[in-house]
Amino acid sequence: MGSISEVAPVPSVDARSRAARFRVTRAGLATFAFLLPMLVIFGLFAWFPIIRAFVMSVQDTNLVSDPVYVGLQNFQRVLADPLLGIAVRNTAWFAFLALIFGFPVPIILAVLMSELRHRRGLFSALAYLPVVVPPVVSVLLWRFFFAASPTGVFNTILGWFGLGPLPWLQNAGTAIPSIVIEATWAAAGATVIIYLAALVGVRPELYDAAEVDGASLWQKIRYITLPQIRNVLFVTLILQLIATAQLFTEPLLFTGGGPANSTMTVLLLIYKYAFQNSLGGDYGMAAALSLMLAAFLAVFTAGYYWLTRRWGVDS
Amino acid sequence: MGRRLVRLPWRRRPPTSASSPDRGIVSAADRSQSRVRWFMRFLNGSMLVFLLIVGLGPILWMLKSAVTPTLDTLRQPMALWPHGFDLSQFATAWNKVHIDRYLFNTVAIAFGSWLVQIVVATTAGFALGVLRPRYTRLLTGLVIATLFVPPIVLLVPLYLTVVDVPIIHWRMIDSYWAVWLPAGASAFNVIITKRFFDNLPREIFEAARVDGAGPFRLFWSVVLPMSRPILGVVSVFAVVATWKDYLWPLLVIRDPAIQPLSVRLPILAPTTDLGVFIAALTISTIIPIAIFLLFQRLFLSGTGLSGALKG
Repeated sequence: MGSISEVAPVPSVDARSRAARFRVTRAGLATFAFLLPMLVIFGLFAWFPIIRAFVMSVQDTNLVSDPVYVGLQNFQRVLADPLLGIAVRNTAWFAFLALIFGFPVPIILAVLMSELRHRRGLFSALAYLPVVVPPVVSVLLWRFFFAASPTGVFNTILGWFGLGPLPWLQNAGTAIPSIVIEATWAAAGATVIIYLAALVGVRPELYDAAEVDGASLWQKIRYITLPQIRNVLFVTLILQLIATAQLFTEPLLFTGGGPANSTMTVLLLIYKYAFQNSLGGDYGMAAALSLMLAAFLAVFTAGYYWLTRRWGVDS
Repeated sequence: MGRRLVRLPWRRRPPTSASSPDRGIVSAADRSQSRVRWFMRFLNGSMLVFLLIVGLGPILWMLKSAVTPTLDTLRQPMALWPHGFDLSQFATAWNKVHIDRYLFNTVAIAFGSWLVQIVVATTAGFALGVLRPRYTRLLTGLVIATLFVPPIVLLVPLYLTVVDVPIIHWRMIDSYWAVWLPAGASAFNVIITKRFFDNLPREIFEAARVDGAGPFRLFWSVVLPMSRPILGVVSVFAVVATWKDYLWPLLVIRDPAIQPLSVRLPILAPTTDLGVFIAALTISTIIPIAIFLLFQRLFLSGTGLSGALKG
């Protein structure tokens, strides 16, 4: 009981009342002083921009003249843009491939690591190391790996097996898979650590019980390990999808959206509207598209949550 | 920072009544069979080889190529020093390509962002977790709400805010304030600091108050010294996040002389000799990797990640 800023109850003595009120006021002021940095920083750089995003989406905003209310025109112009369909398709393809490549690998690694009795620290550190490499550095480094000439790094390795050379980033069909390989390399370690922490929470008695029932190794993994970390798997799955939907550094630095818009993602399109427009930034369109993306992610997450809860009840 | 700051996840197994508290999927009895043991050794060996080649391989290639002459890297990228070393590429990257300056810029940006994040997180955490005014829940809710907004929604309005800060009409473009101040608006920092302060024993605050300590004294002399663990977590993740940041500094810092490494490197790529450029990439990676190796436990315990997960 008795927090420092607690308001004193109604006092009976006049002098005490004055003292109490004085103290309360001073405490209130002190609390406000401590809140001030957060209020200013969050106000200016979080709360205000969030509200502004909604306002901007119905305005024609450029930095020269005053913003004009244009209703839903920004949304209509975004929806009429032929690039939007391409960007949405590419982003969906990205997300799908990232799931195929990126979802099973960390699970397998984490399950194997959780069985280690020695040097688990070494293994998890090795797995995590790519996560620490700054994204710009890894993209620039992987550009050398993906070099399309026969003396590119990956093409040299393929050459050892009599394969290739592949065009990697230079070809509309292989550009997105190439980027997904790099993105998986850069991100998988973080997911391994999350799964490893979840696997530690699996109660050992469950395995004891399964063995009594004669469960094989595979059955133990299938019916105990994976269901036990199911919630974590669901959360990382949705987080991964949200992250892929906002993929930016990789497509911008690898291909800049090319070749022939084959790696144009929704985020790259937003960036293009706002910052790569020769006619001056179309901030209204950018705000409209980012709100549409956020709304889609919110609906998707809610739907996903609802579905997985249903599954949880059914099973 | 104490060694036992955060315990390793695999030691956090809850106490159980089972015969072997440390067992995993494979039982102790199975482990003692030589067939199973060889199978597991084979699996672990394969995993190690996989991690070394796929995980560490690209980083090792970068180290190798940083000290290999450009022509060798271009002609035989996988050969190990067919014509010897070239250590001068680091010196060229450092002195002629001015990686020294951009590294300094990155450090300056990281330091300022760290400071702003620490000030905002500790003061807000103290106000919300220790002083607890009546509107605490409302403010905490408003902070948490920002976690649910994808960063992309903020990008354009935040940019316009930085171009012309409301009320005071300050153009922050081309100054580090444009990176430092927005970095402070991290809900993750405020929430984990508040939670940490929530869990400090309140008797200590009461005792300090009886001894006549006001809120400022309480903050500076009692709470801050007790919060070294949480400051460590916030600091490490703040520095690493700033180091990784690309899009935001690209937008707000246009003056090449003050740009950080992440913004400069892609611009330098087409005009820099390949070997020198890979040496520059290596220099940019050394500090994050050093931070990771120093604070391994922090990263590998999943503190930051699970915190981010729970929001």
